Amino acid sequence: MALSLDDVRRLAQLARIEITPAEAEEVRGKLEGIFELINQMRAVETEGIVPMAHAQEVTLSLREDRVSEPDRRAQYQRVAPAVHDGLYLVPKVIE
Amino acid sequence: VSPEAAPFAPLADLSRSLAGKRVSSVELTGAALDRIASLNPALNAFLTVDRDGALAAARVADARIAAGNAGPLTGIPIAHKDVLMTEGLRTTCGSRMLADFVAPYSAFVVERLAAAGMVRVGKTNMDEFAMGSSNESSYFGPVKNPWNPDYVPGGSSGGSAAAVAARMVPAATGTDTGGSIRQPAALAGICGLKPTYGLCSRYGLVAFASSLDHPGPLAQTAADCALLLNAMAGHDPRDSTSIAREAEDYARPLAEARGGKPLSGVRIGLPREYFGEGVDAEVAAAIENALCELRALGATTVDVSLPAVKHAVPVYYVIAPAEASSNLSRFDGVRYGHRAANYADLSDMYRKTRAEGFGAEVKRRILVGSYVLSHGYYDAYYLKAQQVRRLIADDFARALGRCDVVLGPTSPTAAFRLGAKTGDPVQMYLNDIFTVAANLTGMPAMSIPCGFTRAGLPIGMHLQANHFAESRLLDLAHRYQQATDWHTRVPTMAQRSGAK
Repeated sequence: MALSLDDVRRLAQLARIEITPAEAEEVRGKLEGIFELINQMRAVETEGIVPMAHAQEVTLSLREDRVSEPDRRAQYQRVAPAVHDGLYLVPKVIE
Repeated sequence: VSPEAAPFAPLADLSRSLAGKRVSSVELTGAALDRIASLNPALNAFLTVDRDGALAAARVADARIAAGNAGPLTGIPIAHKDVLMTEGLRTTCGSRMLADFVAPYSAFVVERLAAAGMVRVGKTNMDEFAMGSSNESSYFGPVKNPWNPDYVPGGSSGGSAAAVAARMVPAATGTDTGGSIRQPAALAGICGLKPTYGLCSRYGLVAFASSLDHPGPLAQTAADCALLLNAMAGHDPRDSTSIAREAEDYARPLAEARGGKPLSGVRIGLPREYFGEGVDAEVAAAIENALCELRALGATTVDVSLPAVKHAVPVYYVIAPAEASSNLSRFDGVRYGHRAANYADLSDMYRKTRAEGFGAEVKRRILVGSYVLSHGYYDAYYLKAQQVRRLIADDFARALGRCDVVLGPTSPTAAFRLGAKTGDPVQMYLNDIFTVAANLTGMPAMSIPCGFTRAGLPIGMHLQANHFAESRLLDLAHRYQQATDWHTRVPTMAQRSGAK
């Protein structure tokens, strides 16, 4: 499979990972090898086969609609890079 | 058991010594901490050691033993893979992204083992976000194989495997998404069990691929794995895929006396796909020898076929990266983990944070996952992979209609040299050729030691059975271990240290 540098840059943009031109070239070669491996499965005849999304045929259980978790905001925010007055700080997105 | 020899002994022996007051948990824990201090500089198996927390927990365990409230695991030290959250203790996932992350709560299996009285001594090194088969993708440097430090210990639970192999701790937890418990167990010469999907809750396991991730034990013997599984299994409403079923005592059947042919009636399936080209000759010979032993114990063998299993690695490398690209989108520099120091705006912060926080292999898998899930490719890749996954599961269901256990090598080769495969991701992925299918099917599987190469590197035997047939695997492994001594071999470096 031929991947272009533009393809790699588009994927990196989708994945929100900054990529330098040198990295893009390196990654392109590695991804081509990986897709060569992956593409081996594309020839398998799968007409009418029901996709298997999970290892067990389980229906997800619903829990009772009541509060089960205590408020642990302060504890969880202790590991955040930047918080203020209980809010997560991010760069301004609306002018 | 003397404190100096302590981490060498199987869990049941340690338990008896603790109960008989021949050793205290504080002494055992101290011995483990001393061994970690002396061996870790050479092996890099531990990322965090919690000396004070461990000794405090050991004192609590000793009080529990004195009060007569102890269970079979109370007071025994254990290490946790650093992908399992441990409240109040650094949990890095082997990544720069979480290098300073202190977990605000503990994983279900960590809670369970603590409730059983096990003493948490520290966190083990691993491939970054569990993506790797050699432990070389860790941000904190590779783990070395205790049998030969020029070789990898396998991955991604390589730190846990090396820690048990070197008897720094008597047991450890791991996680297995494509072989990450079993392959390092094989390469390090210990036992590792991946239970049935849903048997052990994934709560607090930092997600890599949610439909494939499994927590499980790494230990010296099958009987040890059974004791650990007794504590780790159980329903947990916080994991929506956790299965509610009656608790099973995995240790009890192993204690039954059965005479000279304990495996009478057990049918072992030999898939021709696991005995073909690509398997190293010394590995194949060790498996053949193990089969002779198992037949002598009363088992019979039957040829089976798994025609779709040759697609397991390609299918896995669609599904696992797809799920990873979604799961790892949570690392955005906002709520936890690394945040880039300099950025222009929010989008730039995401891109720089993720570029700095993730290593090369993690980035590659996120990119592959983004591709196979992107518009126009979903049917051709993700849906296709799920269909072939079904074919693989059907193959196993058919084979296990004719036998009780499917047997083969865990890995096509013994451990390889550090650096041998880091340049070629596809070569690295092919290490998992025999292990990934059990993650796709959710069936239980384990690796136990069954020999050594001429160069002195361990070889692992892989056992797979039907959903919830853990007892089948553990029983076969236990009977084999009662007749053989591969599982008792200890690397020279660990013996030296133990004699100090």
